[in-house]
Amino acid sequence: MRARLALLLLLLAALPAYGQGYAGLGSTAAEGFAVPDPETRLNFPRDHGAHPEFRIEWWYVTANLTGPDGTDYGVQWTLFRSALAPGEAAGWASPQIWMGHAAATTPRHHYFAERLARGGIGQAGVSATPFAAWIDDWQMAGTDFDSLSLTARGAEFAYDLDLIAEGPLVLHGAGGFSVKSADGQASHYYSQPHYRIKGTLTLPSGPVEVTGQGWLDREWSSQPLAADQNGWDWFSLSFDSGARLMGFRLRGARGDFTSGTWIDAEGHATALAPGAFRAEPLDKTEVAGRSLPVRWRVTLPDRGVDVEVAALNPQSWMGTRFAYWEGPVRVSGSHAGRGYLEMTGYE
Amino acid sequence: MIGAALQALASHWRRHPLQLATLLAGLALATALWSAVQAINAEARASYARATAQIGSGALDVLEAPGGPIPLPRYVALRRAGWQLSPVLEGRARLGDLRVTVLGLDPVTHPPLPAFTAAMKRDAAMLGRMLAQGGMLIAPPDLAAILTDVPGLPKVQVSDSVPPGMVMTDIGVAERLLARPGQIDRLLILPDQPPGLTPLADLAPDLQRRVSRAGTDTARLTDSFHLNLTAFGLLSFAVGLFIVHGTVGLAFEQRRGMVRTLRALGLPLRLLTALMLGELLVLALIGGGLGLVLGYLVAAALLPDVAATLRGLYGAPVAGGLSLRPSWVLGGLVMALAGTGVASAQALWRMVHMPLLSAPGLQAWAQRAARGERRMALAGLGLIGAGGVALVLVPGLVGGFALIAGLMLGAALLLPPALALVLHLGRRLARGPVGDWLWADTRAQLPGIGLALMALLLALAANVGVGTMVSSFRLTFTGWLDQRLVSELYLTARDDAQGEEIARWLAPRSDAVLPIRSGEFTVQSVPVTVYGVVDHPTYSKNWPLLEQTPNAWDRVNAGAAAFINEQLARRAALWSGDRVQLAPGWTLPIAGVYSDYGNPTGQAIVALPALLSHASAVPNRRFGVRLSPEAMPGLMRDLRAAFDLPASALIDQAGLKAQSLAVFDKTFVVTGALNLLTLGVAGFAILTSLLTLWSLRLPQLAPVWALGLTRGTLARLELGRSLLLAALTALLALPLGLALAWVLLAVINVQAFGWRLPMYLFPADWLRLFGLALLAAGLAAALPARRLYRLPPSELLKVFANAR
Repeated sequence: MRARLALLLLLLAALPAYGQGYAGLGSTAAEGFAVPDPETRLNFPRDHGAHPEFRIEWWYVTANLTGPDGTDYGVQWTLFRSALAPGEAAGWASPQIWMGHAAATTPRHHYFAERLARGGIGQAGVSATPFAAWIDDWQMAGTDFDSLSLTARGAEFAYDLDLIAEGPLVLHGAGGFSVKSADGQASHYYSQPHYRIKGTLTLPSGPVEVTGQGWLDREWSSQPLAADQNGWDWFSLSFDSGARLMGFRLRGARGDFTSGTWIDAEGHATALAPGAFRAEPLDKTEVAGRSLPVRWRVTLPDRGVDVEVAALNPQSWMGTRFAYWEGPVRVSGSHAGRGYLEMTGYE
Repeated sequence: MIGAALQALASHWRRHPLQLATLLAGLALATALWSAVQAINAEARASYARATAQIGSGALDVLEAPGGPIPLPRYVALRRAGWQLSPVLEGRARLGDLRVTVLGLDPVTHPPLPAFTAAMKRDAAMLGRMLAQGGMLIAPPDLAAILTDVPGLPKVQVSDSVPPGMVMTDIGVAERLLARPGQIDRLLILPDQPPGLTPLADLAPDLQRRVSRAGTDTARLTDSFHLNLTAFGLLSFAVGLFIVHGTVGLAFEQRRGMVRTLRALGLPLRLLTALMLGELLVLALIGGGLGLVLGYLVAAALLPDVAATLRGLYGAPVAGGLSLRPSWVLGGLVMALAGTGVASAQALWRMVHMPLLSAPGLQAWAQRAARGERRMALAGLGLIGAGGVALVLVPGLVGGFALIAGLMLGAALLLPPALALVLHLGRRLARGPVGDWLWADTRAQLPGIGLALMALLLALAANVGVGTMVSSFRLTFTGWLDQRLVSELYLTARDDAQGEEIARWLAPRSDAVLPIRSGEFTVQSVPVTVYGVVDHPTYSKNWPLLEQTPNAWDRVNAGAAAFINEQLARRAALWSGDRVQLAPGWTLPIAGVYSDYGNPTGQAIVALPALLSHASAVPNRRFGVRLSPEAMPGLMRDLRAAFDLPASALIDQAGLKAQSLAVFDKTFVVTGALNLLTLGVAGFAILTSLLTLWSLRLPQLAPVWALGLTRGTLARLELGRSLLLAALTALLALPLGLALAWVLLAVINVQAFGWRLPMYLFPADWLRLFGLALLAAGLAAALPARRLYRLPPSELLKVFANAR
């Protein structure tokens, strides 16, 4: 769950005025938009496609990759959808706005790019069968969701990766209905955390053949945040044991709220009880003029997890219209592994 | 001592209030006309700059389809190939009773715009309302006030950041208002393209990339207009300075005695000079200040017309309101100070170098002047030559104005020597002592009145030149309108569908329905409108061709050749027999060149099928209809009833001609006003010169009076002399004015508008002007002559008593 980005997506509706304060947006009433329903049963491949009757939605891939010389890399590919009004229309009349973020991270550099598009004209969109999600020349597409090719390019980087799913989809919460706060905010949320990746990452120094693993998040909602929630730390960790952990810490005026999903080596998911997942910052680094915790202690006592999570590159700052920190991490301690960390709301 | 000296200096102005008023008026007039022109120019330039900033794409290259819009799928395909582009749809639309420019943008991909950013800062949900919920129009305050009340329009948001006459909106709203769904006029090529993209030349060979049109074109097109105004302002300023020169000269002459007395009393020359400089400074500031106020009023009165001209002629976004800008206020004051300095330098220099004890010697002055005249004649010829050389060396508008400046100044300098020559010849013809004296005395007066006559010469020549240019232009324009506007009725449909419907409806009810369809192309990176015409004798019989090749119309109608207008021919240096590339893969031989005085941009005419094969989406909304005049009222009524057309959608030939002529006349309102003011200033300059001479002339008139000529005779002779000089000057002004007209028509107009006009002569106008010049000189001389007539003989006797 990328709550902060959900918030940012709502802000997409106020594009050039971003940065003027987020107050009230978390509680935006969802006039006419569909509301996540616990009775809804996700239906694939249909639900891989867009849900324009909901206010916000995203297709979010993060990947931990390795070069031939053992160098670690991280890659992000995100397509956000934000609706100004529910539903879809042809041409410029479409109320849908699309935003793409792509990034490539090395231990020393972090490159990112951003794309914006209107719905209805074909510049950006998602189709379920055959699956394709695109904005401009960035694309994630394949005959089905288990076999995808992923491309994006910015001013200083490009990548062209093949993704093969080696495990089942994971539904978060109760069958994909993920509750976000005591006030009842919720979303539909599932992931495909089992992608094996192979491809080419092109950096200013030249192309690198990379392999690794990827994690795709799918989520849609209409009112994802409680009014007091203003910041978010989100972890997706893949342990060498084959198990995976998704956990988040929501920082709010009424105290922190944590939740997550444990995924065992066979791909079976268990929703974590609120508070079971814990994350505490260890030290902070100056990033883009603000202080951010780039080293964490993450614990999940139920599963014997007590690990240190450290950024591969502490400067993985997404200086996009809506800025946030998103980058690959290394995991050590009770479990070794790799993963991705997203941090928002640090002013 | 300083106090006493100041009192003495000030006492002169107290005793000569008229002189003080004249001096201040001269300064104020010079400053006023100059700063009025500068204020107008500054306002217009600020408007262009604002519009460029507000439209926000001034620095970006654009991609355009020759001849028409870019279909929306093309844009999407280019985006999907990785190119970072932003679409723009722009056009004129009738909203309510108002015709406005609708600028449709995609706020999501467009670079930040002041109007959008400001609107969204006030209201975070603005984007939502702009893109969904029926859309939003962002309009400047005056437009917003009107549009708010128009039913059926999207909500209107007021913004100061939108150029006058324009409505900004989402491209999705714009395509509805303009009835052009799925069309894009141009794609902004955004900065920071990702590397490794397929070149646009490969992806879209049919689209043309060029440097952005916004702002730069307006500036380029209107530059000539502003240079024109500036030249006029400078001319008025120069003429105003003649007044200052005359008055200051008179004041210093009259104060010679006082100066001598002050110096005899022990006032150091340096201190006295400083005091007089200070006095001039104060006068210059007062006169300049008055001039600025006057200039502001003149500018405010003229600006609405200038703005209308610029909007109508160039589509330049200029508001009608005037604001005080430091640039022209300071510039005006500096000009006033510098002008006073230049105009007073001679008088001050003479005062400083005046021997303490010498008497004023007019004879010596006259002899010095004779030597000076030879130098002036040489300098005058040199200046005219330099102007000619400048035209050759610096082609273009600046060279043209250099030629005018050289011609005018050179001719002004040649005037005193030329008059001296005429007077010399006149003296040979003179019989009797009185005649001999009259010619010789007139000759002796020349140096004193020479400058005023130069002012008159310049004003008259400018009048003849500009008048000839405007009248020739108008005559040509009227004739051209008659040729060009042949259809009895012109109509504009709401959209292409209605256009087709109307054309079908009209076919059996009229002699012919001629579609007026055009697309925007680029020739040699300059925008050119290409019209497609149907094969009809209306065109081949009437079209105003300047030159043509054999069977020109047959070839054009067959799609095998094109006509281009004179502007394009001159700019691109393409004439009959050359080939013009209208689009990649579409090159046609030029069958002829036609005159076109509607606007300064390039045009071409091809056969309609040829145009449609290269630009299928050109709008089909305007038609010319041929029918018998008697049938017209009924047809107009039926048309309105059948298609619910607004009154403005139908216009008959006479109405359209009247509209065109109104625009034309408006264009030259400013020119006419400045012209008249300049002539007034010149008349004033003669008056001040004669008043200056008046006091100096007494020592020369007294002996003649003593020899037996009555005061009445002397006064008549004075009057006659002024009229003679004015008449001679006016006669000399005629060839100069015609030369000026020729330069304006053959050089300036070609550079400024791209057309060369035939020159017509208007002798009746010259006669009127000649009379006006004599009237001005006569009125100016009447006051001194009347004074002479009424002068008590004792005053004349005093001349002998005081002679030292």
